[in-house]
Amino acid sequence: MDLILHVWRQPGRDAAGRMERYEARDMDREMSLLEMLDVVNERLIAKGEDPIAFDHDCREGICGACGMMINGVAHGPLAGTTACQLHLRHFKDGDEIWIEPWRSAAFPVLKDLMVERSAFDRIIEAGGYVSVNTGSAPDANEVSVPKLNAELAFEAAACIGCGACVAQCPNGAAQLFTAAKVSHLGLLPQGQPERSRRVLSMVAQMESEAFGGCTNHRECEAVCPKEISIDFIARMNRDYLKAKLLDKRHAAA
Amino acid sequence: MSWIVDFYRTAMGKKAVMAVTGIALFGFVLGHLVGNLKLYMGPEHLDHYAEALRELGAPFFARGQVLWIVRLGLLAALAVHVHAAVTLTLLNRRARPKSYVKTTPQASTYASRTMIWGGAVIALFVVYHLLHFTTGDVHPDFEPGAVYHNVVTGFLNPWVSAFYVAAQIALGLHLYHGLWSLFQTLGWNGPRVNVFRRRMAAVLAVVICAGNVSFPIAVLTGAVRLGG
Amino acid sequence: MPLNGKMNARIPTGPIEQKWDKHRFELKLVNPANKRKFEVLMVGTGLAGASAAATLAELGYDVKAFCFQDSARRAHSISAQGGINAAKNYQNDGDSVFRLFYDTVKGGDYRSREANVYRLAQVSVNIIDQCAAQGVPFAREYGGLLDNRSFGGAQVSRTFYARGQTGQQLLLGAYQAMARQVHAGKVEVHPRTEMLDVVLVDGRARGIVTRDLVTGEVRSWAGDAVVLATGGYGNVYYLSTNAKGSNVTAAWRAHRRGALFSNPCFTQIHPTCIPVSGDYQSKLTLMSESLRNDGRIWVPKQAGDGRAPKSIPEDERDYYLERKYPAFGNLVPRDVASRNSKDVCDEGRGVGPGGLGVYLDFADAIGRLGKEVIAARYGNLFQMYEKITGEDPYVVPMRIYPAVHYTMGGLWVDYNLMTTVPGLYAIGECNFSDHGANRLGASALMQGLADGYFILPYTIGDYLSQHMGEKVSTDRREFREVEGEICAKVDKLLAVDGSRTVDDFHRELGHVMWHGCGMARDEAGLRQALAQIPRLRAEFWDDVKVVGAGDNVNQSLEKAGRVADFLELAELMCHDALHRGESCGGHFRVESQTPEGEALRDDDHFRFVSSWEFKGVGEAPELHKEPLEFEYVKLTQRSYK
Ligand SMILES: Cc1cc2nc3c(=O)[nH]c(=O)nc-3n(C[C@H](O)[C@H](O)[C@H](O)COP(=O)(O)OP(=O)(O)OC[C@H]3O[C@@H](n4cnc5c(N)ncnc54)[C@H](O)[C@@H]3O)c2cc1C
Ligand code: HEM
Ligand code: HEM
Ligand code: SF4
Ligand code: F3S
Ligand code: FES
Repeated sequence: MDLILHVWRQPGRDAAGRMERYEARDMDREMSLLEMLDVVNERLIAKGEDPIAFDHDCREGICGACGMMINGVAHGPLAGTTACQLHLRHFKDGDEIWIEPWRSAAFPVLKDLMVERSAFDRIIEAGGYVSVNTGSAPDANEVSVPKLNAELAFEAAACIGCGACVAQCPNGAAQLFTAAKVSHLGLLPQGQPERSRRVLSMVAQMESEAFGGCTNHRECEAVCPKEISIDFIARMNRDYLKAKLLDKRHAAA
Repeated sequence: MSWIVDFYRTAMGKKAVMAVTGIALFGFVLGHLVGNLKLYMGPEHLDHYAEALRELGAPFFARGQVLWIVRLGLLAALAVHVHAAVTLTLLNRRARPKSYVKTTPQASTYASRTMIWGGAVIALFVVYHLLHFTTGDVHPDFEPGAVYHNVVTGFLNPWVSAFYVAAQIALGLHLYHGLWSLFQTLGWNGPRVNVFRRRMAAVLAVVICAGNVSFPIAVLTGAVRLGG
Repeated sequence: MPLNGKMNARIPTGPIEQKWDKHRFELKLVNPANKRKFEVLMVGTGLAGASAAATLAELGYDVKAFCFQDSARRAHSISAQGGINAAKNYQNDGDSVFRLFYDTVKGGDYRSREANVYRLAQVSVNIIDQCAAQGVPFAREYGGLLDNRSFGGAQVSRTFYARGQTGQQLLLGAYQAMARQVHAGKVEVHPRTEMLDVVLVDGRARGIVTRDLVTGEVRSWAGDAVVLATGGYGNVYYLSTNAKGSNVTAAWRAHRRGALFSNPCFTQIHPTCIPVSGDYQSKLTLMSESLRNDGRIWVPKQAGDGRAPKSIPEDERDYYLERKYPAFGNLVPRDVASRNSKDVCDEGRGVGPGGLGVYLDFADAIGRLGKEVIAARYGNLFQMYEKITGEDPYVVPMRIYPAVHYTMGGLWVDYNLMTTVPGLYAIGECNFSDHGANRLGASALMQGLADGYFILPYTIGDYLSQHMGEKVSTDRREFREVEGEICAKVDKLLAVDGSRTVDDFHRELGHVMWHGCGMARDEAGLRQALAQIPRLRAEFWDDVKVVGAGDNVNQSLEKAGRVADFLELAELMCHDALHRGESCGGHFRVESQTPEGEALRDDDHFRFVSSWEFKGVGEAPELHKEPLEFEYVKLTQRSYK
């Protein structure tokens, strides 16, 4: 099949960029979108042109490295799917495809479709963990966790840190990512001692980065490859309000 | 009080304040609608109701005192609501300095994407509305205290009525998103809440919008007339 | 067999249950106040690297961690699906440390060190405790306690799991523990930074040289010890289940600087992967082994039978595993299942594009148990399969084919996990230590975390305590020289300006390796590969085309450097495979099989770890043998008939 691509090309971090048109001829329906880009790149290299830079690693939807706007949708038209899991059979011969990088002040473009997402790491560093030193843990079965809680926690923990939520959110908000981690740990007994402190410091870090705020557009949930629910955002809001307004110990945090 | 300032400084704090002030404003709008329904009962009822509002709190408060307290409260709520709305909107704009060549909304609604514009229309409406029915500055035939008379003569001008209707639609959309959204914001969420909040927001938005729209329509169609 | 002077495995004496305790007692300790004076360079942030970085920092050491991904959380460990083993015996089904130890040594076909494996089984229980305390959302029973499953044909249920995303959850646990130390100022993480060499000063590892993958800056880092946690090298085959970026560069550079490389030919080929669909294929996706519990594997009896699977009648199907191994059927070990798939495809009976696939059919199971039960068991796997292939496995049988999955070989390490270069450690998949010739399912995660949380943090102190206050500066000649070599290599790759892309060379290398050193190896094939690889390497340096510059993001330059190292490693793998004239575990030598065609081990001649010393590119490497003694495990031939 033949496709027309419009791809954002930007040589470097502070450089200007623009959409560039490419004809992707003779592509196989069974290819993944990234494999199509591989082939396009091979052809560009053969012509001595700079290949399109994009992040990727696992190519099976779990590492969270890949990510691009495909026809105006983060990770493309298929729900619950990362860009690397999107196959060309979901397009038609002759289709035009617009491919753009995540756009967010917090995710500066490094080159072409590649962005910097270290703001996410900083949010986790601010408190996305249980403070337990190696070796000091009790027997794993000493603490029981209701199965349903464990499953809900898992659903939140499934976040792959891809940034699609931020990219798709009209406000560039990182609420879904942050809420997923706050909820994962807040739902488990192991996460209780630091629950207030965690939500306060993670939210503070989130707000100090260049993200926008959540106005409950629900776009994030719709494109999240792990289909993480905005119910977790509500849960984070609740935890935050409780900690901020009711928990005197942390009132100043 | 510093904690509340500190709280309001954060974006999540502002958003919660918007939700709370939104509830207060909604409470007023709902009450106002109920009161205005007396329009259908005739001039005595409506005018008496307006008078009763001013007597509220008697004999402990002087005439109009409670009304002023409520007015000031609402004014403050509105001011804070607008301040938060504007600052958050600016924050959100800054977070996406370069927009996409192509955007394909997935789940957001027209209502959710136009909150700030809907809000602006409401704000303009309120200013006009006060000059119209409360001070009478923009009213062609304003009689202080004759609320029924003022409303009917006011709405007889189709342009004025059209603006009222447009503003009510903006309000309806604002509430359609806002009344759903505030549950998220305040963390009132769970399987039990989630099943009804979407429907509840829609129903209330329609009730407010339709109720308010009915007044100018009733006047224009002659269902409500002077001398009632 | 004389032990080379470099290789002292430092295995503690005494009964096996007491070796680790005794050893820990004998290790020299670093005074708590002095720990912060040491800096450890941690290359890799997978399960092994992240857990080690976190634990070292908790102990007080300063750590700098490096990874080539844009975040430490994306290390390849994230994609492990099935689970992690631990001898908890929570299911009361007779598991024990000794049984896990025994199974691992046996599963590895008796090519691993008893002492190491025993220690692994011992600390496995602590791993689960640690991870649960970190908030890893393991699967649970309704009573709230941890659930287990049996995995990879094990007779006991000792595998802990978090849906099909165990690696992800464990890695996030370790990553978060490390993030906590970043917050505390004890760990500094450098993502998008690729280590390109180790620097030795006076024979000891004292630093590394890296290239910043965004700015292209080449720079040196000095430390008191260097730890490689850089994962496996399965991507030498181009197509594998590994992440695209997985590479051998760090380990290979260490090897070139003197670290011995052990058992490089021990590769695990996983039987249940989604087959290749075309030349453009960039990687292979694993489908969990658990599918074999209910799916039946078959091919048409007739070679070249092009009919749709539904229209092939029952008596024209060959359920070859059930036919050949009536006792184990579809549940034979990974290597046996893989080899049999290859055999039937070689006979022209393979299915799907290119004839490289066999059916994994759930029709019977669906008929017997109902679609709901199957959906509950494998729903997410079926969904994943459908996403990739566009076929609905509830209706059409799945097609599967073996794919390179894991490399048991790696840098030689002693009981302390130190390589033959003093001060240079190797942990996780990047070392050779615990899996022998074949790794059991759910044991790689266990080993990575054992090394990182519970072994390295103690053993490294023994070395550091002997080198107090010996700081080096990156201004030294040794660092300058290595930086110079790296810059020269980058310039050279950019200067060739030939006609073939890096991927093109990589694909060809993959072909050579898959055919010459893949599921079944013989002398002729290996010799042929040994002739092809140097030619391909020469052509690479002569004709590769890398566009762009070195001072910017340049992904083809990154790949070129990695492929250059694979082109050297490949040759070593073939040397090793050729030298090991027996079949064992994942290494099947056609010359060494039983009359029934099963793998035949040769303990008299090959009961050792092959450890190779680098002698120069294209030069024959030198073999050092570490004999393996088995005091606790009885050597038997595997039989699955
Ligand atoms: C699809 C799949 C499923 C699997 N499922 C299971 C399972 O269910 N159970 C199980 O036990 N095992 C499983 N495994 C095996 C297991 O996942 C790996 O063996 C294990 O995760 C390796 O961990 P590691 O920490 O050693 O290395 P990795 O996780 O591979 O990490 C390597 C790290 O090193 C860094 N790195 C590498 N080279 C450089 C360099 N030159 N410079 C800087 N940084 C570098 C990388 O950035 C990365 O951070 C599976 C493997 C695959 C491929
Ligand atoms: C009668 C008047 C009004 C009522 C009843 C009202 C009600 C609400 C409610 C309930 C919300 C939801 C809050 C939340 O999700 O937490 C909201 C949000 C909002 N309001 Fe209003 N509002 C009114 C006037 C205004 C005005 C005058 C403006 C602006 C000029 C405005 C701007 C906004 C904006 C931008 C939001 C969305 C902000 C966000 O979700 O973060 N509103 N409003
Ligand atoms: C079509 C619908 C509406 C009608 C017919 C209507 C009618 C009136 C009338 C007659 C008054 C004067 C009452 C008095 O002076 O005693 C009034 C006051 C007011 N109205 Fe409305 N109104 C409508 C909608 C709204 C809406 C949607 C808002 C807010 C968003 C609003 C806000 C106000 C305010 C703030 C006052 C002043 C109240 C006071 O005196 O404190 N009205 N309205
Ligand atoms: S919440 Fe979803 S979209 Fe956002 S980073 Fe996590 S996985 Fe990606
Ligand atoms: S799309 Fe954005 S506005 Fe909130 S609900 Fe999701 S973060
Ligand atoms: S490449 Fe890992 S999620 Fe797409």
